[in-house]
Amino acid sequence: MTAILTVDDSASIRQAIKIALSGEGYAVTEAANGAEGLDKGAAGGFDLIVTDLNMPVMDGLSMIRELRKRPAGAGVPILFLTTESDADIKAQAKAAGATGWLTKPFDPEQLLRVVRKVLAK
Amino acid sequence: MTAQDPVETFRQEAQELLEQIEQGLLDLVHRPSERDLIDAVFRGLHTLKGSGAMFGFDALAAFTHHCETAFDRVRKGEVPASPDLVTVVLAALDHMRALAEGRPASDAEGQALLDRLQQVVATAAPAQSVAAEAPPPATDGGLNHWHIRFSLPADALVNGTRPLPLLDELRELGECRVVAITDAVPPLKDLVSSQCHLAWDVTLITPHGRDAIEDVFLFVIDDMTLDIEAITPSAPATADAAPEVAPVRDVTPVAATASSDDGTAAQAGEGRAAKAGGDTVRVPAERLDEMMDRVGELVIAQSRLKQLAASSSDIALRAVAEEIERLASEMRDTMMVVRMVPIAQLFGRFRRLIHDLARDTGKAIALSTEGEGTELDKTVIERLADPLIHLIRNAADHGLETPEQRRAAGKPEAGQIVLAARQSGAEVVITITDDGRGVDRARVRAKAEENGLIQPGQALSDSELLQLIFAPGFSTAATITNLSGRGVGMDVVKRTIEGLRGAIELTSTPGEGSVVSLRIPLTLAIIDGLLVRVGAGRFVIPLSSVEECVELSPEQDRRSTGRSLITLRDQLVPFIRLRQLFASGQPADPHQKVVVVQAGQERVGLVVDQILGDHQTVIKALSGFHAEVGAFSGATILGDGGVALILDIGSLVASGQRQDTPLRAVG
Repeated sequence: MTAILTVDDSASIRQAIKIALSGEGYAVTEAANGAEGLDKGAAGGFDLIVTDLNMPVMDGLSMIRELRKRPAGAGVPILFLTTESDADIKAQAKAAGATGWLTKPFDPEQLLRVVRKVLAK
Repeated sequence: MTAQDPVETFRQEAQELLEQIEQGLLDLVHRPSERDLIDAVFRGLHTLKGSGAMFGFDALAAFTHHCETAFDRVRKGEVPASPDLVTVVLAALDHMRALAEGRPASDAEGQALLDRLQQVVATAAPAQSVAAEAPPPATDGGLNHWHIRFSLPADALVNGTRPLPLLDELRELGECRVVAITDAVPPLKDLVSSQCHLAWDVTLITPHGRDAIEDVFLFVIDDMTLDIEAITPSAPATADAAPEVAPVRDVTPVAATASSDDGTAAQAGEGRAAKAGGDTVRVPAERLDEMMDRVGELVIAQSRLKQLAASSSDIALRAVAEEIERLASEMRDTMMVVRMVPIAQLFGRFRRLIHDLARDTGKAIALSTEGEGTELDKTVIERLADPLIHLIRNAADHGLETPEQRRAAGKPEAGQIVLAARQSGAEVVITITDDGRGVDRARVRAKAEENGLIQPGQALSDSELLQLIFAPGFSTAATITNLSGRGVGMDVVKRTIEGLRGAIELTSTPGEGSVVSLRIPLTLAIIDGLLVRVGAGRFVIPLSSVEECVELSPEQDRRSTGRSLITLRDQLVPFIRLRQLFASGQPADPHQKVVVVQAGQERVGLVVDQILGDHQTVIKALSGFHAEVGAFSGATILGDGGVALILDIGSLVASGQRQDTPLRAVG
């Protein structure tokens, strides 16, 4: 079963992501901030990570930078799902090793499409 | 776990976010330049906006956006977190709360709030006031012209990336002209057919912004080259050709500093985030109630099993029955703990109240809290909110003096209100202490005489005099202010507290202040009771109000038919014959008992046929059908499957104390 980690400080967003993805048979694990996402992501076993940018404790950019240094996190595709759309931040995310960028509010169908694309690569 | 509606989750989340933001704002009043606080408030607003837009709370998202923008400027150091700004945003929070809860919220009011916000921000930073008017994150209908150039890595085709769908997606965004760049295509002899050698130039005219275009490419973003440029159309063909301001930049003014602040932002949330940490599960309260019901039924089934086992000689059966008894009681205890929440939730709300009260009364008020970690059943906490608000209002409005009066009395100018909670056995004691003027006894007496609550000159002990404040229709305020005079008196507070099976007490020292203390049971879901029989029916008397049990001798019984009073250690105690009250047809037991119960300062005896023993029980609410029967507070199911009603001691004592009641007329 394809395992996806979703990292977002908003419980409702995590839930919406979970509903969209688990409906398609993906196994979804949740993390409430970057630090938690790093812990779970570094433990390995995920085929994809979908993360927010602006979070308490540890933000998404710091998380991805850390994660890319870890063996289990080096090759995992990571999608940003955030309200931010500034090009500078996107460039930073890309430099940090992000696979893709989706903006909130998101359409569950669109999320699924992107997830399928990324997983198919 | 079954899927809960995310919209519902968002509502809860919005409430928590609003509360967090509120706390942050209130802290900012005292520490206006604390970076962590500013970041935390900003992030709260940011999340609220983002999640709100996600779940269709568009008005909320649009409104919140303006506050977020304002705080972004605070974050950038362009605008100070002045008391004015905090006050405006606090008022805006109330509007957001209404929007989040789907309550009717007036647009005009919202606009007025935004205007005030605008004004505060503009006066704080006049030079940059234009920038604050950032539009909400929506395209304005104008068309943007984009030049896009992209190329894929050589192995893209092998990896399953197909350029055509990308171009199709771009075409969906608007008017699109595509030119393939063939410069990189090698001579035929070097051509590897599986490799991608093309690049594309695309001119796109679209209402969409840069992010929509990037979204098209997001899945190949990590190994392709992509340039997106806003261009000025060479010939302004369309009248509404958008100004060439890069459309993305002003959509989210937040973004520019977000990354540089992330370090500090990371620490800011730590305290709170730890609370909201990952290993918690959000469960709707009804589910807990349902579970509590199941546990209750389990306990009932278990006690039946226990009875069966007791009459059986099967050792194995008895062992299992004991095991199940232990498990059931542990499960009930665990369930109780699950329902407990720290009272900090409740106390947190009052900081805002104090802030508003201080503003409205012109008094300086300092609120401190103690024992915020004390836990209470969630239902109890919710029902405590209104009475506590009333008591705090009273303390601020009537208790505390004005700064001038306080100075004259040699007190510090700022009045103190202390909210404290601590557990004491199966109860939680909550005290509201103020260091104000204390209760004016003469005024209480005058008021009570005026209202006919006491006879002029009637002798009363000090505590009896203070008790009068809780009498229906009593109000010490010489003038009714808009703060505490809302038609709700202390009698309502008292009744609410008694409805929670709690007690309220007031002590006061003139010139030094007053203390109101509330004793509240930890939970409403379970009760330790005394099971009694009256005629054929069984009833539960809450053990916490039972003082003692004595026998009613047939002689006393006969003697007291005229006046329902018994003498108990030289004190006359009125009593109620439950047999008559409940119109039991059966003859009385020859050895009737009197259970003496106390509610507040008053005692009353309840005459029953038989005392069956202790009974710990899960309370079931009565249906609305029975709600008007004042004598009962709930029902419970007994081990044998029968039903027992739980007596509402408060209302029984009240009717027993009234000398010429219909109850006595029955007797």
